[in-house]
Amino acid sequence: MPLDPSFIGRTYPPTEPYEVGREKIREFAEAIGDANPAYSDPEAAKAFGHPDVIAPPTFPFVITYGAAGQVVNDPELGLDYSRVVHGDQKFTYTRPVRAGDRLTVTVSIEAIKSLAGNDVLTVRGEVHDESGEHVVTSVMSLVARAADEEGK
Amino acid sequence: MGINFDEVEVGTELPAQSFRVTRATLVRYAGASGDFNPIHWNEKFALEVGLPDVIAHGMFTMAEAARVVTDWIGDPAAVVDYGVRFTRPVPVPNDEDGSVIEVSGKVAALLDDRRVRVDLLATYGGQKVLGMSRAVVQLG
Repeated sequence: MPLDPSFIGRTYPPTEPYEVGREKIREFAEAIGDANPAYSDPEAAKAFGHPDVIAPPTFPFVITYGAAGQVVNDPELGLDYSRVVHGDQKFTYTRPVRAGDRLTVTVSIEAIKSLAGNDVLTVRGEVHDESGEHVVTSVMSLVARAADEEGK
Repeated sequence: MGINFDEVEVGTELPAQSFRVTRATLVRYAGASGDFNPIHWNEKFALEVGLPDVIAHGMFTMAEAARVVTDWIGDPAAVVDYGVRFTRPVPVPNDEDGSVIEVSGKVAALLDDRRVRVDLLATYGGQKVLGMSRAVVQLG
């Protein structure tokens, strides 16, 4: 059943703060094999003008993906997550995520489209720090493959 | 450190890199990112849902592609905008060699405020795995 387009524009309450730790950033950087010292060495990060280590550009997805669970698991929307693939992903940064940040995500449904029988859901996540300043915006599309595509 | 805007032009190539990804890489990335979708670590499940093999996380490929930009500029904070489309999965076999993702990039446009748009090309086995892979970068 196609997703209900009346959900376009729906905004979910901001998430509880996610506290970004140095060791979490290090773990993520190691997982992607990235030895950039800005991710692990506070002195190197300071040399670039940052108050503490910063996170790699795709790190915010760890936070926004979790927050998007509100949409994915919204029983009213009724998305069949077993059919979902990640279609595209975009980040727009005001500043990098850094250790010590306490970040909240405000998730909204930006678009719902039907393309070749697949539902395409565009989910926006606005990430703000504790003082309310914008840090990064994540926009991702999730493609729910049509049921009749099974066994193709 | 860093790249000066006056030193680049449309067509300037960034140093290309290749990134190896094995099953162990995917398990590690799953843990670090919190994305435990079984298509990235459970071969039986991946085959059942019609995939050729366990596949790499799209976000892992996106993270590797970004390294071509951040290794070029030094300070990762110079990336002000970054987006990709996931056009083709990267299958990862159950062996020590895994798969290799090749990434190259070049300056595609000079923008206002000493920024440039870098277009990235990420391939696996000669086929493009990311589409519209673009980063806007603040240069010095």
